Amino acid sequence: MFTNRKSITGLVILGLFALLAALADVVAPFGPLEKDYTALKQPPSATHWLGTTHLGEDIFSQIAHGTRGVLLVGLTAGVLATLVAVIVGVSAGFLTGWRGESLSALSNVFLVLPAIPLMIIVASQYDDPSLFLISAVLAITGWAWGARVLRAQTMSLRSRDFVQAARANGEPLWRIIAVEMLPNLTAVIASSFVGTVTAAVLGLTTLAFVGVIPITNLNWGTILYWAQQNGAFPEFWWWYVPAGLAIALLGAALSLISFGIDEYVNPRLRSAGERARLQKKRTKRSTA
Amino acid sequence: MRLLLRRAAFYLFTAWAAITINFFLPRMLKGDPVSAYLQKNQGLVSPEAADALRTLFGLDTGKSLAEQYADYWVLLLSGDLGRSFSHGLAPVADVIASALPWTVGLVGIATVLSFLLGTTLGTLVGWFRGGRGDVIVPVATFFSAVPYFWMGLIAIAVFATGLGWFPASHAYGKGTTPEFSAQFIGEVIAHGTLPALTVVLASLGGWVLGMRNMMITVLDEDYVTVAQAKGLSRRRVVFAYAARNAVLPQLSSFALALGFIVGGTLVMELVFSYPGVGKLLLDATNAKDYPLMQGLFLVITLTVLVANLLADVAYAALDPRTRQGEV
Repeated sequence: MFTNRKSITGLVILGLFALLAALADVVAPFGPLEKDYTALKQPPSATHWLGTTHLGEDIFSQIAHGTRGVLLVGLTAGVLATLVAVIVGVSAGFLTGWRGESLSALSNVFLVLPAIPLMIIVASQYDDPSLFLISAVLAITGWAWGARVLRAQTMSLRSRDFVQAARANGEPLWRIIAVEMLPNLTAVIASSFVGTVTAAVLGLTTLAFVGVIPITNLNWGTILYWAQQNGAFPEFWWWYVPAGLAIALLGAALSLISFGIDEYVNPRLRSAGERARLQKKRTKRSTA
Repeated sequence: MRLLLRRAAFYLFTAWAAITINFFLPRMLKGDPVSAYLQKNQGLVSPEAADALRTLFGLDTGKSLAEQYADYWVLLLSGDLGRSFSHGLAPVADVIASALPWTVGLVGIATVLSFLLGTTLGTLVGWFRGGRGDVIVPVATFFSAVPYFWMGLIAIAVFATGLGWFPASHAYGKGTTPEFSAQFIGEVIAHGTLPALTVVLASLGGWVLGMRNMMITVLDEDYVTVAQAKGLSRRRVVFAYAARNAVLPQLSSFALALGFIVGGTLVMELVFSYPGVGKLLLDATNAKDYPLMQGLFLVITLTVLVANLLADVAYAALDPRTRQGEV
């Protein structure tokens, strides 16, 4: 995975965002809410790299500080959702009979429930939801896909010889699951983790844009919320283009990482392009 | 047949679960916005309507939870979802019924279009792998990561306000009344094109990538090689052999992703001020109109469930194995 071009590109972009979040205080020339009433709605310039808002706040500084909220919520939600997905998915794949069936039914129900409306309704019940609460809501609506994939993978592992052998040896159940099976599920778990983080980032920014999350919680979606509320569209492009691009870039980086994992799991995907090119070359040579 | 029964059981179970979640959601609320509202508007709400609201929101504390649940079902089966606070106490069911066709029309058409287009494109990119078409992969990756609402905002800025090709908001012109006439239909199409295009563009990437990966996996199968060796036309090999099999997982992931897609597109309606259920939900949230929020969640979930059912039927039509009984 770490030799794959796609996943390296993704990891580098993700790393840059992480650096931006960690060093926001150093990198950002202004405080995110620092107002400069002499420079309202200014286009990008040497002092304000990405221009200013209607209150003279520096947009680059807002994006740098907003990265923190996005990454923090995205990763927390990803960890929580993956935990639930592993517990439910692996048990659903391992258990037979009604217990396995009902766990699988549970994840199917959560897959069908429309996530964003559910998030909007739950988040709107709280006046001032904390970052952790927001992550938890995103995790509740985001674990089902991973659980489904993990269940399928566990079911195919369950009947393999090495698991049968471990069973015949009388290994306890927790050991079979933790030592024999989990290492074989790592790639699937990693891929579903990346997937949930992507979904959580999109969910968070959507909720912030809609205005369900309090504006004190600064993230990229909040910037877009302010931009729309204060008539930034269409002329003040520097206000709304960078934040949206940042979301898309982070999402693309995460997808690249998960492509890398997919290609690691499915070697056919890895070599598809190269093999086709080789074949073409060979046929050209033979016809020439 | 067994598969059919299993699917039917799944739909019934999910519908039951959605309704039950809807029953418990307001009971987990802090505070009690509904009785506060009833207090404030005493006399305006008829006693029956107030009773219905109390049942829906779990305020009839005199009854046990089981009794409340039974009452709730009776109300639902009679089509009573309570009264909407922000729409002059109009029945929630009526308010939703006026918004639902817009969403189903717009999001439904756009989603199906995007699926068909993306799958076709993915088929071709997968077949011509290693060629120039591979450029589409990074492009599609980027577009599939763009949030719908942001793409909508950009589309309005460029095509509506900038170039003036399309109207920027609403489903039809301000002075027009909905009627069955060429002019009205024309306006609906003109207003719906930009939001629909945005949904298509934002969701296309995912389908292209999914189909491409499935195609590449399928193209390695022996039956594709055999089909080529038999000298079948390329068209036939691509569409009747490779794509025919690659589309099945694509279709089942379409069914499963529906809840996610619909959720994302609802926010689009806010951007375009489109009078669908998404806009209604966000307005209800801002107005703290709890009965409308609950009703909307239920209706949106059930709509997704119906769409899921349709995707399932399409899957069964395409995959003969599901029709052979034992699977």
